[in-house]
Amino acid sequence: MAASHSPRLEGPGLFKHTQPNVARTPKVVLDADAIERSIRRIAVAILEATSGVEDLTLVGIRRGGDALSVRIANEIAQVEGKRPPVGTIDISLYRDDAATALPNPKIGPSEIRFDVSGRQVVLVDDVLHTGRTVRAAIECLQDHGRPARVWLAVLCDRGGRELPIAPDFVGRTIEVGPKARLDVWIDAAGPDRVVLTEGQ
Amino acid sequence: MTSAFSRRSLLDIQGLTKAEVERILDTSEVFLEVSRRPVRKVPTLRGKTVINLFYEASTRTRTSFELAGKRLSADVINMNVPASSVKKGETLQDTCRTLEAMHPDVVVIRHNASGAPNYVASKIHCSVINAGDGMHAHPTQALLDAFTIRREKGTIENLVVTIVGDIAHSRVARSNAHLLRLFGCEVRVVGPRTLLPAAVDSLGVRVFDRPEHALEGADVVMVLRIQSERLEGALLPSVREYARTFGIGPRTIEYAKPDAIVMHPGPMNRGVEIESTIADGERSVVLEQVEAGVAVRMALLYLFAGEAAEPPAVSEGG
Repeated sequence: MAASHSPRLEGPGLFKHTQPNVARTPKVVLDADAIERSIRRIAVAILEATSGVEDLTLVGIRRGGDALSVRIANEIAQVEGKRPPVGTIDISLYRDDAATALPNPKIGPSEIRFDVSGRQVVLVDDVLHTGRTVRAAIECLQDHGRPARVWLAVLCDRGGRELPIAPDFVGRTIEVGPKARLDVWIDAAGPDRVVLTEGQ
Repeated sequence: MTSAFSRRSLLDIQGLTKAEVERILDTSEVFLEVSRRPVRKVPTLRGKTVINLFYEASTRTRTSFELAGKRLSADVINMNVPASSVKKGETLQDTCRTLEAMHPDVVVIRHNASGAPNYVASKIHCSVINAGDGMHAHPTQALLDAFTIRREKGTIENLVVTIVGDIAHSRVARSNAHLLRLFGCEVRVVGPRTLLPAAVDSLGVRVFDRPEHALEGADVVMVLRIQSERLEGALLPSVREYARTFGIGPRTIEYAKPDAIVMHPGPMNRGVEIESTIADGERSVVLEQVEAGVAVRMALLYLFAGEAAEPPAVSEGG
């Protein structure tokens, strides 16, 4: 805003002490085709591990995992001819910082319209990072019943775990630094994509 | 990015914005779901302390707050102070100091003196929720009524709501009128002349003498409790006469819309302000109100007990 008083500010090379800003440009690391293939691979792997859809259920973790869980369920339906029931959980009330963080304004109800007790439940999320969300999701899930087995499926594993949690089904492993952003766009505006924005 | 719920206390409906009311009601939906699970408890307020400070006997409201706190894993302490032993002012101030030393996160107060919660809120550094003060306000009742209406009718906007009974002494009527006016409702009140407030216009309501007229085309009928002390104060000639004129029964309800709902804050005087056929009938949402009460109070505790000073600690996609 002081540009008119000091024209030098507009010249190139003034900020040459900073790194070139290339790395911070958002980069598409998975495009729609790659996401589609990942979802198909996850679906097949789930079927192999759980040996069929008989007692299989999917539960998406709001808000990144719900669209993904529907897509995986559709894929399973194509392969097996039968669609497993799909639910959603919101983990806001189970966060380990719930008492110190701001209340989440976008908190939504958990919707599991089937009994999870005795069944195989695959928790689905878009990105696995610290593992804290998954820990909270497991606790929330247990308040809905006692599943026979809980699995974890994620589209992207970005590393950086802070809890001893490991995924069972991974679409793609993308090791990125702690400051980076990994945004997953599924069933949103524009084509499906996973976008990486490197931090400083 | 995260817009905080900036309000720390709930003392009255007046002063709340429509957006804040909607935020509270939306949050309540989540807690209604929690209350219907096999395990009706979430760990959200673990380590937080809620003190129920009740200067007026109220089993329902106190139980509702107690349950709300416990379902959120907060530690809930009930302090019931018999009104007769209270010397106003000094004692309340001392009570505030005592409470402060216990480091509560939320104090829920019911008091027979109007304005007592405001006084407490000015003396104490934690959230304060008004659970009913004198003839002033009962904001959580208005919110749970609004929540019930929204669930039953799909919306609160522009409904016709008739409140029947002792309007003058009713904090429930006052708080409901304020909230419903925010949503553009036509609020009508009807009751004996002696039980209508002197400055009824300030509530923005339409006043009726006869229930038939007041109920014409109503979407919601709110029946208020007639308290026996009003009879002793000679504001009412007799229970029977009140029941005959203003009691809501099969005959009077016919004037309301066919899909009108009937609400009552409880406890009901069956055969006085409401007949059993209505109280137990299809239109009655009295028990839904009780369920809504716990959900709305959970939402308020959740919104108030978070540390507003700190930013969220967890990044996206954890």
